[in-house]
Amino acid sequence: MTAITAQPTRTGNGSTGRRPRKGAHYPGWFIMPAAVVYAILFLVPTFASLYFSLTRWTLFSSEFIGLDNFYQFFREPFLSQALINTVIFAAVTSGLKVILGLLLGVLLTSRIAWRGMLRSIVFFPVLVSTVGVGITFTALMHPTHGAINEALALVGIKGPGWLTNRYLALYSVALVDVWRGVGLATVIYMAGIVSIPTDYYEASRIDGATRLQQFFHITLPLVRPAMYTVIILSFIGGLRLFDLIWAMTRGGPGFSSDVMASVVYKQYQAGYYGLSTAGNVVLFILIALLAVPLSWFLNRRVTTR
Amino acid sequence: MHYPRRRTIIGAFAFALAGSVIAMPAMAQDKVTLSLLTDANAETVAAFDALTAAYTAAHPNVTFDRSTRPGGAEGDNLIKTRLATGDMADLFQYNSGSLFQALNPSQNLADLSDIPAQSGILDSFKSVVTSPDGKVRGVPFGPAMGGGIYYNRTIYKDLGLSVPKTWDEFMANNAKIKAAGKVAVAGTFGDTWTSQLFVLADYYNVQAADPNFAADYTANKAKYATTPAALAGFQHLEDVFKGGYMNDDFGAAKFDDGMRMVANGEAAQYPMLTFGLGSVKQNEPDKVNDIGFFAQPGPDASSNGLTVWMPAGLYVSAQSPHMQAAKDFASFVGSPEGCKIMIDAIGATGPYLIKGCSLPADVPPSVADMLPYFQDNGKTAPALEFLSPIKGPNLEQITVEVGSGFVSAEAGAKLYDEDVRKQAMQLGIKGW
Repeated sequence: MTAITAQPTRTGNGSTGRRPRKGAHYPGWFIMPAAVVYAILFLVPTFASLYFSLTRWTLFSSEFIGLDNFYQFFREPFLSQALINTVIFAAVTSGLKVILGLLLGVLLTSRIAWRGMLRSIVFFPVLVSTVGVGITFTALMHPTHGAINEALALVGIKGPGWLTNRYLALYSVALVDVWRGVGLATVIYMAGIVSIPTDYYEASRIDGATRLQQFFHITLPLVRPAMYTVIILSFIGGLRLFDLIWAMTRGGPGFSSDVMASVVYKQYQAGYYGLSTAGNVVLFILIALLAVPLSWFLNRRVTTR
Repeated sequence: MHYPRRRTIIGAFAFALAGSVIAMPAMAQDKVTLSLLTDANAETVAAFDALTAAYTAAHPNVTFDRSTRPGGAEGDNLIKTRLATGDMADLFQYNSGSLFQALNPSQNLADLSDIPAQSGILDSFKSVVTSPDGKVRGVPFGPAMGGGIYYNRTIYKDLGLSVPKTWDEFMANNAKIKAAGKVAVAGTFGDTWTSQLFVLADYYNVQAADPNFAADYTANKAKYATTPAALAGFQHLEDVFKGGYMNDDFGAAKFDDGMRMVANGEAAQYPMLTFGLGSVKQNEPDKVNDIGFFAQPGPDASSNGLTVWMPAGLYVSAQSPHMQAAKDFASFVGSPEGCKIMIDAIGATGPYLIKGCSLPADVPPSVADMLPYFQDNGKTAPALEFLSPIKGPNLEQITVEVGSGFVSAEAGAKLYDEDVRKQAMQLGIKGW
């Protein structure tokens, strides 16, 4: 999965790599330490898991059973719902982070009072442990004793069961994920916005552009590289999110907020090691199928700009 | 001035001498710290603290390092992983029956067949901690439990209800309780495992209707979805949901909430295992006498009986470096003496399966309600998980789905049959 997050830079290097090596400043073996670590901690487990997904294994023995695990995995009764949930979750969280992050990024780079403090407040949730966030929000979203529904009750609204309504649970978790992750998106946007030369804004102001025009015709086009980074990071993060969902609903109620990662975890928990390894391979392929084209498409737009 | 001082010195010398003599045999034995992993129920913790304190008092060279684990599937995972990686505590407490069988006991657990306590342990317990190779690998920890329904005695009295002997009577009671503006059944699906009770505690009724169910189920011949008596458990979940008999927050409430509700009269009934009394003792000690207990009613009043859960076991890891000390402590826990210490610490919540360990005369009403089932022959049946090694790991999610009205009873039973199939294949059972 990490390999895919690194995809944009890899594609970027692809074009420079074809140049003659005389441009290189350092000898190639400088990458050896990093390459060894990468191979041991990433490449070896990846290929080992490809093999183990074809076996029924315990930690001490394994029995080769071909594609049975994959056959079994796709027979999981709630798999299709988990697949849909995974994509919905990634799309919703990524979409909201892209939009809210941009608005917050613009706000926090403009000249406003308390800017430093507001920046800290927006970034703060990123620093808190995910499980802690999950447990806190589970308490806040309790259908009868939760602070959210008690506040709603004060104004006469009977709040829904945020995490116990099967149609709502996934979106409640998605909102918490946005709250937790939007700070990071904002920081990336802020870096992008700050790097836009101020000349453009000065020139446009002399030409009589309004703030809104400046936003749509200068900020938005020029912040695009940052936006693509946010899209890719948050989309992949959403596809493989596990900890927050597990802390808040455990895929429940029933199976209604199950995503790929929680299905795989429950199989592992039940002792179906081979099956869950196969599930991980499927998850890997799913992320690759969605993220690689997305990354390729977005990168092309950046380089052709 | 001199005299007393000299006497003090001599006295101190004599004391030191005596001390070293007394200390000699103890020093001959190495100091041992046994690690111990238990579930996190307040009752379990209190019982183990009493047992370890008593054992250390008798064997000063042995001390304990106790830690707790989560319950449910999370706990299963932790136990399996720690055993598989050779990282298990010296002793650990865990379910007997099918969950014990899923630990690969022949390989992972020490053979406890020949420890002294085994001579006093009832065969009914030994059979559920015996590995496939015929070796007994555990001692009982705690009393046998019944699966059934706790009820609030005050509400029953106020509404003039009587203990139901059939499911129809139970539903009629529910209707009256609801009409009186009260919550009839506490639902606590926030702890998903609690949602399984209507299905699991119905097993007495299943075997009454179909005595071969356990064998046929293990041999892939009987299914929940196609055996009417087995399907009834799922049907019960659906009935209670459709009747609107549960509390508003049934999806989020937890086990402790359920016991609190039935003890305080916030709910009239709560389907639970009888260890639930421990939670009331800890959290609502003055309400212990307000709750009663009855077996889950079935289709027929003449065959009304209780589904019984064997006690959890205490096991010794096969890789324990302190094998001798660990086995000796296990034997202590399984002895009548250990049993008495446990009753003193946490009270009596059910019959112990150790000869010479009887319950005190003054037990709380919910325990008194339960004991008659054990006194008559044929009024109890072990839960399915003690008769078959197969228990599907996703039952608790499936019962939440059915109990919350997401899927029908039939669809839930079919899902569970599929879940069972996977587990049977993983265990490599013949016929699947």
